[in-house]
Amino acid sequence: MGRYVARRLLLTIPVLIGASFLIFTMVYALPGDPIRALAGDRPVSPAVVAVLRERFHLDDPLPVQYWEYLKNLLSGDLGTDFRGRPVLDTIERTLPVTIKLTLVAVLFEAVIGLVAGVLAGIRRNGFFDNLVLVSTTVIVSIPILVLAFVAQLLFGLKLGWFPIAGTREGWFSYVLPGLVLASGSLAYVARLTRTSIAENMRADYVRTAKAKGLPPSRVIVRHTLRNSLIPVVTFIGADIGTLLGGAIVTETVFNLPGIGREVFDSVRAQEGAVVVGIVTLMVFFFIFFNLVVDVLYAVLDPRIRYD
Amino acid sequence: MTLSDIDSTGAAPAVPGASLLEVDDLHVEFRQRSGVVNAVNGVTYTLAEGQTLAILGESGSGKSVSAQAIMGILDTPPAVVRGAIRFQGRDMLTMSAEEQRKIRGPGISMIFQDALSSLNPVYSVGWQIGEMFRVHQGASRKEAKQRAIELMDRVRIPAAAKRVNDYPHQFSGGMRQRVMIAMAIALDPRILIADEPTTALDVTVQAQVMDLLKDLQQETGMGLILITHDLGVVNEVADDVAVMYAGRIVERGTVDDVFTDAAHPYTEGLMKSVPQVEAKGGRLQPIVGQPPNLAAIPSGCPFHPRCAHRRLGAAAAPGRECATDVPPLRLVTTGREAACHYSEEVLGA
Repeated sequence: MGRYVARRLLLTIPVLIGASFLIFTMVYALPGDPIRALAGDRPVSPAVVAVLRERFHLDDPLPVQYWEYLKNLLSGDLGTDFRGRPVLDTIERTLPVTIKLTLVAVLFEAVIGLVAGVLAGIRRNGFFDNLVLVSTTVIVSIPILVLAFVAQLLFGLKLGWFPIAGTREGWFSYVLPGLVLASGSLAYVARLTRTSIAENMRADYVRTAKAKGLPPSRVIVRHTLRNSLIPVVTFIGADIGTLLGGAIVTETVFNLPGIGREVFDSVRAQEGAVVVGIVTLMVFFFIFFNLVVDVLYAVLDPRIRYD
Repeated sequence: MTLSDIDSTGAAPAVPGASLLEVDDLHVEFRQRSGVVNAVNGVTYTLAEGQTLAILGESGSGKSVSAQAIMGILDTPPAVVRGAIRFQGRDMLTMSAEEQRKIRGPGISMIFQDALSSLNPVYSVGWQIGEMFRVHQGASRKEAKQRAIELMDRVRIPAAAKRVNDYPHQFSGGMRQRVMIAMAIALDPRILIADEPTTALDVTVQAQVMDLLKDLQQETGMGLILITHDLGVVNEVADDVAVMYAGRIVERGTVDDVFTDAAHPYTEGLMKSVPQVEAKGGRLQPIVGQPPNLAAIPSGCPFHPRCAHRRLGAAAAPGRECATDVPPLRLVTTGREAACHYSEEVLGA
């Protein structure tokens, strides 16, 4: 196992380099001039533009620019934005917001999704099962953007239960955006759990558990749930990696200053160094949590061995 | 285990003088949207201490379903079970679910055909065997594990103490079935139901597992119900045999009698369809046609569409028309029962 993890971690290095290069190229290919964008409508003297272009290597060919970036990266320097603020500071400022949002979302996803899925799976074709099927279908059919605004309008403005923007009220500010962010995955977890349990209830070893004279609660918890949750837990694990990097819409709508909104703003301002730094970090999260899931899989299912 | 031990596990006391197991007019049907599937249609038999009863039949003859009905592990609904299943004189079908559950394990237990899928892949074999002691007797983890090792020794799994923490997939097919057997005999059941215990195994391993079952039965005096379609296995280990077709018992008797001279045309067909060393080079004689659809069992004798001895219309004796009159299971010679209007002709044919 240790060697497997080490090998996987080593493999992330070329992936991260490749990913950062791709992102770098895409930012380079963006139309428009970031220096002029920085100045907005004010006129800028050509001399200032030339100095700034020189400082940020904007006139060098792409491979040279990337090489400069990579050299700095290896010494732990993610560069600065055009205003001179280190990208690392920006990440330190925005990442905690995204981490909190992710934690809240995963909590919703795991608790509500699992409970709904288990109840639906145990009594298949019952009332609750149909309720879960219909409601999850509705949820996954609505784009998250619509869901976010409806949630703001309904729970924030009309009912006044939750704050609708910003982080001023601490963890409570994250409830509504967390729920919106989790909605799609929550529906998926419920469906996955339901199917997995319904399938396992018919398994031969569940029949054996009944034949052993075990109480029905034990047959369900120890011999059905335990096995059914393997795919669910691994999905949730992988989803953490996705959520940590993918909350652009939710963070923007709910005005949460996390890394998703920062990337959105940076792309508009053509802040190349910020975009490359943050997106590469997102890629790393994704890879890392997938590795965690693979390791977890071997822990949960003794049939899986990597060495 | 004595009867008082069963008391201590919470199960109800036995009725004095009652047979170990009496199955009386057992019916099982599955109600589905497409119609009713009649899997078991009036099965009656008894099992005594130390007796080995083989239930023989093809897939879909109702042999496994009747066994699962006895265990009480059919999902009801969709299954509907009628009749009576008296374990030590008490009808299990009228008991509460909780009372029934407490019989499973110390009273009756069961092993299945495919040990790999019948064992839970995510728990060690020791844990799964020990679960019997922990749940039924409140044993501690440590004690349960110790007794699991003893049981694994008893079913002749080599290096039991070392392998107790291994998982089912780390064992060979024969060893896995031994684990199943260890689990099933953990609480010294009075009855063991073995549902095709050797079908998934190599021939040499089959013999070892059957020997093991036979030895365990001799040690404990339990009744053994052996469900199989393997005539060789029946011949070797069973005392009595009940042949099932379309959810009914069509012939019953001692193994020697039935194998020497069948009294039902279906049994006769089964015997002829098995390769014989003496008849090498000759052609096998399969039973023509297909087993019946249990949602539409033929009228009269369910076997009549495939039967070589059938008498239809005017050729039949009054009240014994094969396509309209259902043949009852009746005594044909001493200790022999068959459900055929013309058993006397089949015997000796």
